[in-house]
Amino acid sequence: MEPVRLIRSRTVVLPEADIDTDQIFPARFLTTTQGGGFADMLFADWRFGADGRPRPEFALNRPEAAGCQVLVAGPNFGCGSSREHAPWALRDFGFRAVISTSIADIFFSNALKNGLVPARIDATSHAWLVANPGAEVEVDLEAGCVRLPDGREAPFAIDPFARHCLLNGVDELGYLLSRLPAIEAWERR
Amino acid sequence: MASDMSPQTMFEKIWRAHEVAPETAESPAILYVDLHLTHEVTSPQAFAQLAARGRAVRRPDRTLATLDHAVPTDTAQVFGGVPIRLESAARQIGELEKNARAHGFELLGLGDARRGIVHVIGPELGVTQPGMTIVCGDSHTSTHGAFGTLAFGIGTTEVAHVFATQCLLQRKPKTLAIAVEGALAAGVGAKDLVLAVIGRIGVAGGARQAIEYRGSTIRALSMEERMTVCNMSIEAGARAGMIAPDAVTFDYLRGRPRVPAGADFDSAVERWRAVAGDAGAAFDREIVFDAATIEPMISYGTNPGMVMPIGAAIPAGDGSDAQALRYMGLEAGEALLGRAVQVVFIGSCTNARLSDLRAAAAVLRGRQVARGVRALVVPGSQQVKRAAEAEGLHRVFLDAGAEWRESGCSMCVGINGDVAAAGEYVVSTSNRNFEGRQGQGVRTLLASPVTAAAAAVTGRVTDPREFVR
Repeated sequence: MEPVRLIRSRTVVLPEADIDTDQIFPARFLTTTQGGGFADMLFADWRFGADGRPRPEFALNRPEAAGCQVLVAGPNFGCGSSREHAPWALRDFGFRAVISTSIADIFFSNALKNGLVPARIDATSHAWLVANPGAEVEVDLEAGCVRLPDGREAPFAIDPFARHCLLNGVDELGYLLSRLPAIEAWERR
Repeated sequence: MASDMSPQTMFEKIWRAHEVAPETAESPAILYVDLHLTHEVTSPQAFAQLAARGRAVRRPDRTLATLDHAVPTDTAQVFGGVPIRLESAARQIGELEKNARAHGFELLGLGDARRGIVHVIGPELGVTQPGMTIVCGDSHTSTHGAFGTLAFGIGTTEVAHVFATQCLLQRKPKTLAIAVEGALAAGVGAKDLVLAVIGRIGVAGGARQAIEYRGSTIRALSMEERMTVCNMSIEAGARAGMIAPDAVTFDYLRGRPRVPAGADFDSAVERWRAVAGDAGAAFDREIVFDAATIEPMISYGTNPGMVMPIGAAIPAGDGSDAQALRYMGLEAGEALLGRAVQVVFIGSCTNARLSDLRAAAAVLRGRQVARGVRALVVPGSQQVKRAAEAEGLHRVFLDAGAEWRESGCSMCVGINGDVAAAGEYVVSTSNRNFEGRQGQGVRTLLASPVTAAAAAVTGRVTDPREFVR
């Protein structure tokens, strides 16, 4: 995994509350054994019409969304299914951070494991971001804050261990494997 | 430490009993996993991660696999009469078969008489036992909490962590007690109860919390009903849902294939009794429900928090509700009762156990599925299917004009090709009414098995109390 430190990008805004992982990655694409290449499946039913053509009005399809790395979403983003395909697809599309007031637990955990920074911020800053799509922001993992264009900082909490993994581009499995002697001892007790 | 002397919740007891290393400010706890359930859809990439690290499944003896999410429910496809139509599903099935052989863990394969939905077979086989930690790459793993286990869904990377180490890195969630007191009215069941709970606390109401359901109503539920309640905990956003084990739990487990027998069973029961929380243990938050106020429930929107008593008018709600109602083709203020439905789905890890099928059959017995309605009955496991057939329930469904399928997740998640058509209304005993969940453009109305069966008979959203005395 590549280290994540500072993400500077314009935002794309999906203001709806409770966006579930079935929207992020529709279930019919789950019969895959691939680990990537999911960009086209991201929000497929919101991005594309029944005829398969892009819906031009959808935020991710607008020209200004190209190259954006930060998604601002409504509360309880990523609720529902545990499918890790949701953060995989967001990463494949080019997102590196998701900002909301609340992010569902399993999605939050899955995001951290894929270099996608889940930032839960205060309602006031979030409301400003929702009202100003395309704003140039910084997601500063080292400082633990989202920096708005006027310099205001919206702090977000992230587990120190997960933060360490993201900053250094290391995964949790390496740490768990290094603790195998303790796990074996625990099993023998 | 003084804190060790204070009364503990069931959650706290199970958590502490599985801490290989407790959490600190810097690092999460290393939590030991007693049982890892796995299936074909969320495991392939985990095996790839394992292979990339040159690791094997460390504890195949604590790993149990089944095929449920992508499998066909059509008998000929399941038993090899014809090839599996969905090529990608066939590939996933082949992949899990290959990985089971390579790593030496048990897979209940396509033709196995014990195969079924992962959250149905664990309890059925008796591998789910009080006091355990259980994980699976599926959010409805909370189902197993009905036995006094700490059970939760994980992502695929965490599936790989458990394969490689039998452990997970976890932060301790907070605890939420949901007490339900009193008797449920006729025609009102566990599904209505849990939908009412989610309707009140909301789809994020349980976030970062482990729920313990308690109170006289919960105590009076059967194990299958308790599983329905715990199953939907994730729909309130909770990490887990659990119920203290008691005589009902022990009676259910006695004689199950993988439960100890004889004197070993008695000593197991002694251990299991100690799993329940101590009297006076404090929860971070407590909510009380009056069972008598709960009516048959139905969802009207696109998440399981958008539910109402079946006779109610659709509430106006906020902005998100407006979008949901547009998708659903419904308007605030109108009733759902009497609305024509095109499909009825009786199945899923929420409501496809024998008691669910009996309840649905009681409504359908001697009646016909309404003209123009397609009704699917998909048992939760092959064992449920056989038990239902032994009672003649399949005849009731078939005589009524419903389809009687092999087990699997089927139209709950719509991966395997069991889907409805755009614009159709489906009264479904499953757990999620998300947009597109049962097929693109499909409109799901979540309800109990009796409500679903009543809709099948009338072809309309119907109060099940018209059929249930």
